[in-house]
Amino acid sequence: MTAAILALQGAFAEHEALLHTLGIDTVELREEKDLDNPFDFLVLPGGESTVQGKLLHELDMFDELKKRIAAGLPVFATCAGLILLAEKIENDDKRYFQALPVTVRRNAYGRQLGSHRITLSLKGIGEVPATFIRAPYITSASPDVEVLAREDDEIVAVRYRHILALSFHPELDMDEKLYRYFLKHVVKEDAQAEKVLPFSA
Amino acid sequence: MAARDDSPETRYELNKDLAKMLKGGVIMDVTTPEQARIAEDAGACAVMALERIPADIRAAGGVSRMSDPAMIKGIQEAVSIPVMAKCRIGHFVEAQILEAIEIDYIDESEVLSPADDVYHIDKRKFKVPFVCGAKDLGEALRRIAEGASMIRTKGEPGTGDVVQAVSHMRRMNSEIRRVVSMREDELFEEAKQLQVPCDLVKYVHDNGKLPVVNFAAGGVATPADAALMMQLGAEGVFVGSGIFKSGNPAKRAAAIVKAVTNYTDAKLIAQLSENLGEAMVGINKDEIELLMAERGK
Repeated sequence: MTAAILALQGAFAEHEALLHTLGIDTVELREEKDLDNPFDFLVLPGGESTVQGKLLHELDMFDELKKRIAAGLPVFATCAGLILLAEKIENDDKRYFQALPVTVRRNAYGRQLGSHRITLSLKGIGEVPATFIRAPYITSASPDVEVLAREDDEIVAVRYRHILALSFHPELDMDEKLYRYFLKHVVKEDAQAEKVLPFSA
Repeated sequence: MAARDDSPETRYELNKDLAKMLKGGVIMDVTTPEQARIAEDAGACAVMALERIPADIRAAGGVSRMSDPAMIKGIQEAVSIPVMAKCRIGHFVEAQILEAIEIDYIDESEVLSPADDVYHIDKRKFKVPFVCGAKDLGEALRRIAEGASMIRTKGEPGTGDVVQAVSHMRRMNSEIRRVVSMREDELFEEAKQLQVPCDLVKYVHDNGKLPVVNFAAGGVATPADAALMMQLGAEGVFVGSGIFKSGNPAKRAAAIVKAVTNYTDAKLIAQLSENLGEAMVGINKDEIELLMAERGK
């Protein structure tokens, strides 16, 4: 199985390293021609969503990826990746893939002093370390979005059809649980249910 | 409510983690909210707020200090990306002020006039992260031992001349390769020679890299310069005077951002380098009297 990792800016190498420990191959998406590589699911890493969003357009990957995500390409998204997927961003006029019917708040915990680490309990997954770096959270979600975890009252992990989106960074803590959940329940389920796999150009 | 682990160890990890989020990106020097917005629109992953860019600090001479907090706050309000600011080497009160206004990263920088000719700031005492300049492995590990959670090459700021950044990056990486190749029982002597703690030398030996993110800085002026530093092993790039001292800052900034993302695609970098307007004029390191890289070792 092969994962495509958006490698425009941010902490994509950490996702790659973790996926390699699970025996999954990775390809990096840096420009349009990289989309010609066959892959089974997409990882949207942490970083700056403004930078990634701009480069997605300027390096001519946005439309094709948006189309594939809308068509059911499984997506594992962390932090900036959650912002790229959100239908609405509360404190920003920009919009990106809009594949996830939620509203997010960018930099919801404030500046770097608001970055924090907790142990978080996720529905169906159990306890995981959760590292939030200038993180967003979800302020509202459509009823068909499954909320997997909240910190205090704020939604920080969701599953919606073929999408798993998190405010925090399991790749920084080298925690496999969420990846295993994603592979077992999101990638495979979708493959059987909607026959969208394998995804190749 | 889930308990937040706020120990100094966790805070340090979180600070190193923020640097990881900046990887593959370009951090740009800005002096006004307008410049900050231009930088953000061009794709900067963070901005460095300062009163004068290094080229002007060089030209003005005299003592250069931390920027006016009001000016930094203006830039914090103008953009949504992380905002960094510089304090003088050893000036821990300037650092306390920057922490009080919730800066995202403090650069304890040789670009400003050093406030202490012996001691650097004990950065472990702070909750906000620090980035420090280094021109070799010893300097890098000493700054990390003091609590820096990100390293950049010193280069020679304000010159538009990339030669020093290249030399520092090459030196650091060749020293890392040397440490990797050592027998374990040789690491103690190496720590002694480098004047750094043994555990940091051990980390470099085992992992083949610094324990923190390492950016290039000091003299980067073109997309080709930025890609050169990336191919030499930088994890991202600081661009200081090179952008707002050039003919078309927005266009040059955007081109440098794309060159950092696709730093091995020569065809793309060729396109990006076309019609950028005038680059900053630049001064050669042999023509300048003050080598900022010699400050703080």
